[in-house]
Amino acid sequence: MAAVVVALALQRNLFGAVVLFGIYSFLMATVLVALDAVDVAMTEAAVGAGVSTVLLLGALYLVGGMETKPLVRPLAPLALSLAVGAVLAYGMQGLPEFSDPQAPIHVHVAPRYLNQGPKETGVPNVVTAVLASYRGFDTLGETVVVFTAGAGVIALLRRRQKRK
Amino acid sequence: MTGDLVLRIVAKLLMPFMLLFALYVQFHGDYGPGGGFQAGVIAATAIVFYAITFGLAAAQRMVPERLVERLLAVGVLLYAGVGFAGLALGGNYLDYFVLDPDSVHGQHRGIFWVEAGVGITVAAVMLKLFYMFAGRGRDAGDA
Repeated sequence: MAAVVVALALQRNLFGAVVLFGIYSFLMATVLVALDAVDVAMTEAAVGAGVSTVLLLGALYLVGGMETKPLVRPLAPLALSLAVGAVLAYGMQGLPEFSDPQAPIHVHVAPRYLNQGPKETGVPNVVTAVLASYRGFDTLGETVVVFTAGAGVIALLRRRQKRK
Repeated sequence: MTGDLVLRIVAKLLMPFMLLFALYVQFHGDYGPGGGFQAGVIAATAIVFYAITFGLAAAQRMVPERLVERLLAVGVLLYAGVGFAGLALGGNYLDYFVLDPDSVHGQHRGIFWVEAGVGITVAAVMLKLFYMFAGRGRDAGDA
């Protein structure tokens, strides 16, 4: 995966970049499967590797295939991203160990969802139970966000069509 | 690409299975991995695949743009409607326990409709995005 990311950063041909991006998403999906997050892996494979690749290719058809040479050497952005990365790495020192059962996230509401969820909702897939029932408001908000995004794209792209 | 015989036949063979898999992911999300979001994307992908193989016009004959735009709103309204159904039956907003005398059954029913709403909206948005981009490409080509 690291190799794909490096190749992606060095790639000047945008078509190659899109294909590498799809490969990256697919590898990410396999990582998520290995982490037992099958629901997320499915989303990553379908959205990341599937739909967004098609959409990016569609956009590529409109804008042409080659990235222009940068006008100035991007040293300031490079320094900024290195700094942000360093801060994030520093912050990670404070996080609990990976898969530590005593981590705060695992002792707050998660045990209740896991123990009571199947009994209260009758839904064996806890992810679905949390998503649609316990966090119903969140999911409603997410659906509205998706709807708004779609409506925004319609508003942006359709006006141009009428002008022609 | 639309002249490729092998691709056309394989696409025709695969379409029903892709749509069936979308429905399976949608309605089996309670028991296995999946749910409305994933199912919506898979269904949209199936149509996009069809559009790539047979051309945008064929896909838009099958799933008209007006229908897609309606579905965009229908999904959100369905989700919100489940909330109001809970209110009408004397519970809180998005309270599924009151949807059925048996509270566990009520949860099932609530989750089913909510996931259906999510699936419809996501599928419609993905498809609409694709139609928009592909349609613009054709216009730009003509101009």
